[in-house]
Amino acid sequence: MVGGSGGGETITMSTHESAVQAAHAHGAPQGFIRKWVFSLDHKVIGLQYYFLALAAVFVGMFLSLLMRIHLIWPTAVLPFFGEIKPETYLSLLTMHGTIMVFFVLTTAPQGGFGNYFLPIQIGAPDMAFPVLNMLSFWTTFLGFIVLLAAFFVTGGAPLHGWTGYAPLSALQSAGPGEGLGADLWITSIAIFCIGALMGALNFITTTLDMRAKGMTMMRMPLTVWAWFITAILGLLAFGVLLSAGILLLMDRNLGTSFFVPLVTVNGQLTGHKGGSPLLWQHLFWFFGHPEVYIAILPAMGLCSQLLSVFSRKPIFGYKAMVYAMLSIGFLGFMVWGHHMFMSGMSPYTAFAFSIMTMGIGVPSAIKTFNWLGTIWRGRIRFHSPMLFAIGFVSLFVTGGISGPFLAQPVLDIYLHETYFVIAHFHLIMGVASIFGIFAATYYWFPKMFGKMMNETLAKLHFWLTFVGAYAIFMPMHYYGMSAGLRRYSQSTEVAYILKLLPLQRFISIAAFITIGSQFIFLFNLFWSMAKGKKASDNPWEATTLEWITATPPPHDNFGGQTPVVHNGPYEYSVPGAPRDFLMQTDPSVEDEDKKKGKH
Amino acid sequence: MGLVLLIVIWLITLVSTYFFVAKTWWLPVGASAAAAAIDHHFTVSFILMGVVFVAAQLALGYLAWKYREGGSSKAEYSHGNTTLELVWTVLTAVLFVGMNLMSSSIWASERFRQAEAEAVHVEVTGMQFAWYFRYPGPDGKFGVTKPELEDASAGGEAALGLDTKDPASKDDVVSGVMVVPVNREVEVILRAHDVIHSFFVPQMRFKQDAVPGLAIHMHFTPIQTGEYEIACAELCGLGHYKMHGILKVVSQEEFDKWLAAREAEKQ
Repeated sequence: MVGGSGGGETITMSTHESAVQAAHAHGAPQGFIRKWVFSLDHKVIGLQYYFLALAAVFVGMFLSLLMRIHLIWPTAVLPFFGEIKPETYLSLLTMHGTIMVFFVLTTAPQGGFGNYFLPIQIGAPDMAFPVLNMLSFWTTFLGFIVLLAAFFVTGGAPLHGWTGYAPLSALQSAGPGEGLGADLWITSIAIFCIGALMGALNFITTTLDMRAKGMTMMRMPLTVWAWFITAILGLLAFGVLLSAGILLLMDRNLGTSFFVPLVTVNGQLTGHKGGSPLLWQHLFWFFGHPEVYIAILPAMGLCSQLLSVFSRKPIFGYKAMVYAMLSIGFLGFMVWGHHMFMSGMSPYTAFAFSIMTMGIGVPSAIKTFNWLGTIWRGRIRFHSPMLFAIGFVSLFVTGGISGPFLAQPVLDIYLHETYFVIAHFHLIMGVASIFGIFAATYYWFPKMFGKMMNETLAKLHFWLTFVGAYAIFMPMHYYGMSAGLRRYSQSTEVAYILKLLPLQRFISIAAFITIGSQFIFLFNLFWSMAKGKKASDNPWEATTLEWITATPPPHDNFGGQTPVVHNGPYEYSVPGAPRDFLMQTDPSVEDEDKKKGKH
Repeated sequence: MGLVLLIVIWLITLVSTYFFVAKTWWLPVGASAAAAAIDHHFTVSFILMGVVFVAAQLALGYLAWKYREGGSSKAEYSHGNTTLELVWTVLTAVLFVGMNLMSSSIWASERFRQAEAEAVHVEVTGMQFAWYFRYPGPDGKFGVTKPELEDASAGGEAALGLDTKDPASKDDVVSGVMVVPVNREVEVILRAHDVIHSFFVPQMRFKQDAVPGLAIHMHFTPIQTGEYEIACAELCGLGHYKMHGILKVVSQEEFDKWLAAREAEKQ
């Protein structure tokens, strides 16, 4: 037994040895390039992913700012941009969606926090394949650069939306932006898929193979379960999108017709025949629906974790949480058709997709119930990560509750492609996931940078963002209920949509304020890195393995030792224990004893 | 902090719910035979999901306040409750599957059957960025259209590429406005020339994509005369927002008169 650094906890040397550990034995790399640029250290790679996502989220947010301005002042002439034309508006929404879904919601929770904390939380010195890990980041980075390049080529960025429905996305003549801009867009997504596949393989192998002694599957923190299940989804989904993207590139440039039937644009034949536009939709949504869970599952895992830590109480129904995430992941692959009720697909299949989709509401409801059960009879500490976790639950409920409307084809006849859909997926996949990212940032910042973030600014950021998110997205439900259609650059042409302009004004103003308050976060992040109060090794008094090691963790995570795990991840307020939390490595009270009530 | 959370979450919940209950922004009055059943199911869904929404949010706000640190006693050491878990799972399963079964009979009656024999046939064609409506004329047959004959700038028959050599095309009527008789089923045959469009009339509670390469047969029955706006509901390019049309629902006599006048114009 050797003394650990985490406030008196002990780390036990283990006989468990692995190749990776041996690789780490020679110590940290020297030199800026090996240490910070082409690093093999999962923690550095995690930070690289995180800062890539941070850059991407501000780009994506800036695009939504331009859209909100255009929607309420269509003729405004902006400095540097000039007037936003209808096709510019469509390019903005395409790039906003693509950047947010791929380079923020997929990149930050999994690539960022997953990379940094999954190995530490299971007691491993690194990911299973460090070189693959580095490659997956740099591939993703390349994808982002290629995507941004689409803004600067002739014709600009594509206007076909982030879903890229063919034939619109397959025909150069279908509109401005459908030339080189569209090729770059598809290429970028294909590159992203390759990076995501490498990442997924690494996460799965690491979770299965690299757990420390005593870290059984059922002792893994729910964050690890979430990253693990997300990686499985990614492995199965991104391959399909990659293939679809390659087929689309071939349709565009090599004269194939996978997705394009005999079509004419403006009366001119295009030379295509025999393809199926619905095939693209099937392939896209076979990826696209699991992608929703790829974005939200890590946030679910994290917020489960935080609710337990800050309520000082074990998670309510650990096993139920694991099974719920597994069934969400499983069912997530069988519901893609609910995006296609109006597509011309057989109405009989709509029936099957609908019932599967309603079914996925059950595990989601179980999770919500367990989150409430976790804070029930707890002793809640309202630190900023906890506020964002509670905000996440509220937003998840609100975003989730509109799901059963859209999942019923007979209601979807009316709601499909209205703002009701925008409200639904932004709340649940966008804002709720981003609340997960914020919560994770406030929670793990001390471990990553050795400093505390400013709590006053963090709370101000929470209140403005929480109320702001509701002020933006709640009225979109009403807009959609009144048949307001999405992807309309102007509301002037359809009388009933024009009448809804006051709602758009309200939404835009709410968006301006909410976007502005994100700079509080940005300031706090960088200010705290430089000037924040020094953090202790375990400032939140949490139990998982990242809190037993130094702050920030050494190159091999545990300073040449491997922790041995004795407890589950959520042992708070254990009767008879000296403190109200029991580290996972604390051997003093074994699980069996706790079950029998012996202390 | 717990109290502030309670107040904010409760306020957001109550204000949001108010606008749904007051129907400040709501579906336009239905004007088709299917609207009553669909609207009824909307109401049922709103009530059921509304109760879940309000209950969950109020509980979240309340628990955050009630179990704040410094409030009541020590945190309870409990890993959950399997009985409660099962009860909750069964309840939500019944709720979701029940809602689904209620709505699927409406879906089946709308989309599992073909249009009635006496339905009015209208071929609806979407192209960037206009809708064209074609009636088969007295022979009840649509003439052949050929992509190579299309001339979008000429509009009307030429835009559809109607082959005038085909005898069945002689009496076809092509219109920029969709006119249909009231209280009679309309069978639309949806086509698209270039990209995917979507035919949406909110008052008819009717929407269906028009997909290049497919001829999609769908039907609805207007029960209220008047003029309704047709909007394109699937992103189709830079002019998507202005791809707009008019559906006129008139009496059977007016419809016959209108169609006859268009036939006469053609001769």
